[in-house]
Amino acid sequence: MSASIALPAGALARYETPTTREPLWVKVTLIGIALAFFTVFLVFPLVAVFSEALRKGWGTYLTALNNHDALAAIRLTLLTAVIAVPLNLVFGVSAAWSIAKFEFPGKRLLITLIDLPFSVSPVISGLIYVLLFGAQGWFGAWLAEHDIKILFAVPGIVLATIFVTFPFVARELIPLMEAQGTEEEEAAVVLGASGWQVFWHTTLPNIKWGLLYGVILCNARAMGEFGAVSVVSGHIRGLTNTMPLHVEILYNEYNYVAAFAVASLLALLAIVTLGLKTLLERQTRRQLIESKKALEIAS
Amino acid sequence: MASLKRFSPLPGFGLSLGYTLFYLALVVLIPLASVGSKTIGMGCEAFWAAVSNPRVVASYELSFGASLLAAAVNVVFGLIFAWVLVRYRFPGKGLIDALIDLPFALPTAVAGIALATIYAENGPVGSLLKPHGIEVAYNPNGVLLALIFIGLPFVVRTVQPVLADLEKEVEEAAAGLGASRWQTFVNIILPHILPALLTGFAMAFARAVGEYGSVIFIAGNVPMVSEITPLMIITKLEQYDYEGATAVASVMLFFSFILLLVINALQGWMQNRYSKGA
Repeated sequence: MSASIALPAGALARYETPTTREPLWVKVTLIGIALAFFTVFLVFPLVAVFSEALRKGWGTYLTALNNHDALAAIRLTLLTAVIAVPLNLVFGVSAAWSIAKFEFPGKRLLITLIDLPFSVSPVISGLIYVLLFGAQGWFGAWLAEHDIKILFAVPGIVLATIFVTFPFVARELIPLMEAQGTEEEEAAVVLGASGWQVFWHTTLPNIKWGLLYGVILCNARAMGEFGAVSVVSGHIRGLTNTMPLHVEILYNEYNYVAAFAVASLLALLAIVTLGLKTLLERQTRRQLIESKKALEIAS
Repeated sequence: MASLKRFSPLPGFGLSLGYTLFYLALVVLIPLASVGSKTIGMGCEAFWAAVSNPRVVASYELSFGASLLAAAVNVVFGLIFAWVLVRYRFPGKGLIDALIDLPFALPTAVAGIALATIYAENGPVGSLLKPHGIEVAYNPNGVLLALIFIGLPFVVRTVQPVLADLEKEVEEAAAGLGASRWQTFVNIILPHILPALLTGFAMAFARAVGEYGSVIFIAGNVPMVSEITPLMIITKLEQYDYEGATAVASVMLFFSFILLLVINALQGWMQNRYSKGA
């Protein structure tokens, strides 16, 4: 005891004092379990996607991707993301501005409601649009009269995607903007900046990494959503099939190489998303620390 | 609108809150209300007949049972992952930390076909397990496996920051007072991270109950045996039984809302606990 008191706390690496260290066998066992579980549950599926896709060589792989239905699915997936992500981005910024920068009653409830789509089963996220726009739905008769197709067409797919990706940007920005406080914006207002100027020149530079983080997660889910889109799509090849739906159709037709070829593109998207996520997490943390420092200096 | 809020010199409150509420109502609240209105419109008998059908009841048992079990498995392994990521250095740590979120990022259909291929009788892992009499794919084991996969990140990511913030001095004090490492873990560390563990458990459970894409490929979808509740909704929709689908959906939604409240309460508990502690 006396020896450890004599040493300054900083001289010891964290968790490396004999009293707060597990026996070596415990440490090795825990790391072993984690590595084994990691390999079986996370690495195997990822490797399987690529090895199944390339089972018959690059030629077959590229042929599987370069056909009309696969390309149509890729185009539809991109189109869906291009519509859904910006809409939820604008909403996320607006929600975070009102929630993080102002005090008002009912704030907790509002945050809970924003998170709602995350706790709803994807299948139900699709079902609600069937109930709204289906033949017997609320707007079904009206839509049929005016010959507008929402369900089993592209608009339904976009709507279901907007629903399931709704909270991503908002839930990234709210805690970040709350932590950053309002001092910088208030200073800008005092100096005569207009509302938009405050946002563009003060807030946006402070939240840009967190915003990008939310957008990347939102995009990954938008491109990969399966359950909700499956309910509203109608599965018309070349027309209302997104990439995940196309994977399902090919797989159920026992066309495994083609199914995994399309799946490999989605897996690649997931890997890129995780890579960017890791980078952006570092940036966001730095940004938060910097704005805290700036505040300390200012006060 | 301005009278609602406490005074602030910042502009844009009315516009941003107004747009937020408008978009929320348009995209989330009104569509979700359609489930409630359809359910109320169908009458008690039709509702009860749909939700108490034996095949549907079997699906509740599987969905809730397998989700509970999967979330429990996730607590154990999630804690181990959080522990080794926070406290130890070892090769591959950075890779694990980045890839642990794979179940969030990988589209569920991709995860589904990958798991089904690996654990099928003739798959790379399935063929190894088969001689030992273990069959994973196309039965309830497959459902459990897929749910463990998709729930894994929840516990890790809720426990990890809490464990990292735990002050070393507390553990040193416990050791100084004569506690063994195990006693310190059970009496000091575990109570500290308990709210985070429970939150992660509830989140993994909530996600697992509603999960569809990663499960249906490996489940085999045998009626009364390996059909999950979301699949029952799809099946009813495919038979144009919109009332039946909505009735089952409203049971799931009711349950999801309760879980959401529980998770919110747990997060409130976490915030209280950890902001005071820090």
